[in-house]
Amino acid sequence: MYDGIVQELIDELGRLPGVGPKSAQRIAFHILQTESFDVSRLAQVLTDVREKVKFCEICGNVGEESRCGICRDARRDPSSICVVEEAKDVVAIERTREFRGLYHVLGGSISPMDGVGPDDLRIRQLLTRLSDGTVTEVIIATDPNMEGEATATYITRLLASIEVKVSRLAFGLPVGGDLEYADEVTLGRAFEGRRTV
Amino acid sequence: MHITRLRLAEYRNHVSSDIHFSPGVTLFIGPNGQGKTNVVEAIHVLAFGSSHRTHQSAALINQHATTSVVAAELTHQDRTMTVDISLERNGSNRARANGHPIRVRDLPRYLHAVIFSPEDLRIIRDDPDERRGFIDDVISVLWPRLSAVISDYERVLKQRNSLLKSLRSVPRAQRDLSTLAIWDEKIVSLGTEILFARQAGISALHEPVVTAYRNIVGSEHPITLTMRSRVMENVHADASRDLIADKFTVAMIAALEDDLDRGMTSVGPHRDDVDFELNSLPVKGYASQGETWSYALALKLATAELFRHDALGDPIVILDDVFAELDVHRRHNLAASLSSFEQILVTAAVKDDIPPLDIRASFTVSRGIVEKAELT
Ligand SMILES: [Zn+2]
Repeated sequence: MYDGIVQELIDELGRLPGVGPKSAQRIAFHILQTESFDVSRLAQVLTDVREKVKFCEICGNVGEESRCGICRDARRDPSSICVVEEAKDVVAIERTREFRGLYHVLGGSISPMDGVGPDDLRIRQLLTRLSDGTVTEVIIATDPNMEGEATATYITRLLASIEVKVSRLAFGLPVGGDLEYADEVTLGRAFEGRRTV
Repeated sequence: MHITRLRLAEYRNHVSSDIHFSPGVTLFIGPNGQGKTNVVEAIHVLAFGSSHRTHQSAALINQHATTSVVAAELTHQDRTMTVDISLERNGSNRARANGHPIRVRDLPRYLHAVIFSPEDLRIIRDDPDERRGFIDDVISVLWPRLSAVISDYERVLKQRNSLLKSLRSVPRAQRDLSTLAIWDEKIVSLGTEILFARQAGISALHEPVVTAYRNIVGSEHPITLTMRSRVMENVHADASRDLIADKFTVAMIAALEDDLDRGMTSVGPHRDDVDFELNSLPVKGYASQGETWSYALALKLATAELFRHDALGDPIVILDDVFAELDVHRRHNLAASLSSFEQILVTAAVKDDIPPLDIRASFTVSRGIVEKAELT
């Protein structure tokens, strides 16, 4: 244990996802000891990001206004919605340039271990978006792991009674992976080979 | 296949070891606790992603280090290959094959090994999870896809159990079982794959076990291996996947109330066992110490025989401190049964325990330092 504020810094860093106690310690000492490290700039960015970044009221993607860049773009095809777990998946799919429709970000996947059920995800908002008949196709692109599969199955069953074509993006993706780690070629092929569920 | 080079960095008491191998028999001699078993354990970690002695991968990392690396160079016919794994104290372990990242659970696709050790008795004597671990290692090598199925099944099982526990606090009438049904279906589809593969693996092992047991003890004995499973009760050994899935679904429905009460999943491959019989009696509880050893050796010999038909050629055979446990007769018969394998690595505290073998190279291991020894 270190004295007061240093330990506080290590504890805060350790709360970040993917940062273990050893890494937290290393980052803390990097911040403290590296002269060129601009602490005030990092602090400013952290404050700004909280103030400026908003979640899109339509799709849940991140942006700097109440509607994200994709939802505001008139050239996008409003009849097709791609459902993803996280905003980072939108970035991964946009890189492929294969999809010209809109997105819906769920904010995670069904995972009882983490206390996440269907009601904790933006599934109700998805149903609302489908209610006026504009959307004719829903592509479910949750992660190719067990939680992503379960979420896809749940949504598919929910949409069974609605007049909409539902497909699952999974073809060729490595099972047990994260969507964001799939390379562009694989992900692009997955769009071409999506299967109706 | 055979290993041509093995490097250990910060692995247990090996700060840095670099060992060059040739085919045939290689001997590692050293007092207990000096690091000779660590050398062969590291090969097991490369072949299966985990140690044969502990499930705690942190125990494999040198106590003064945060990362440990095990790397091997392999040769099969005219092909060469590298496999390595870094074990991390903080964070998840990472594996590579020919320098490309692979999943740790996919290691059995690249390196095959069969290890004989004093721990083998646990397969027969200990709890069912030892026997499940044994058969799951076998099916993961025979059908590499199964290692992914097994880890997905374990994940789904944890999710279903978490959901069951959270449902316990919800009044019965208000329980929404719609997401439970989704996990149930996953349990059945993945679990059916495991049950089907285990059944096939056990059937494939039977003849080689009978032969191996005869070679070890020198006489013929009736031997049976039977899967014990609530799902597979009254189901014939050559049942189709569809039939197994139907039985599984029925068993899940029958167990649902119980599962909701207890907050855990009571049927499935995670609860099954394998019955080993000798002379029409269970080996566990009925066989003598000597018979139990012979049976354990026969299981491992049979595994080595099954693995050698694979595209990777012979598995690397490891005999870890095993001769000291056996009488002279069994030592000789074990050595004779294994003599045709491409590469055999033997560890022993003293040379006296080792039966006559065509030893090609010998190393001494002391305080984690491996040194080439003169052949005498
Ligand atoms: Zn949006």
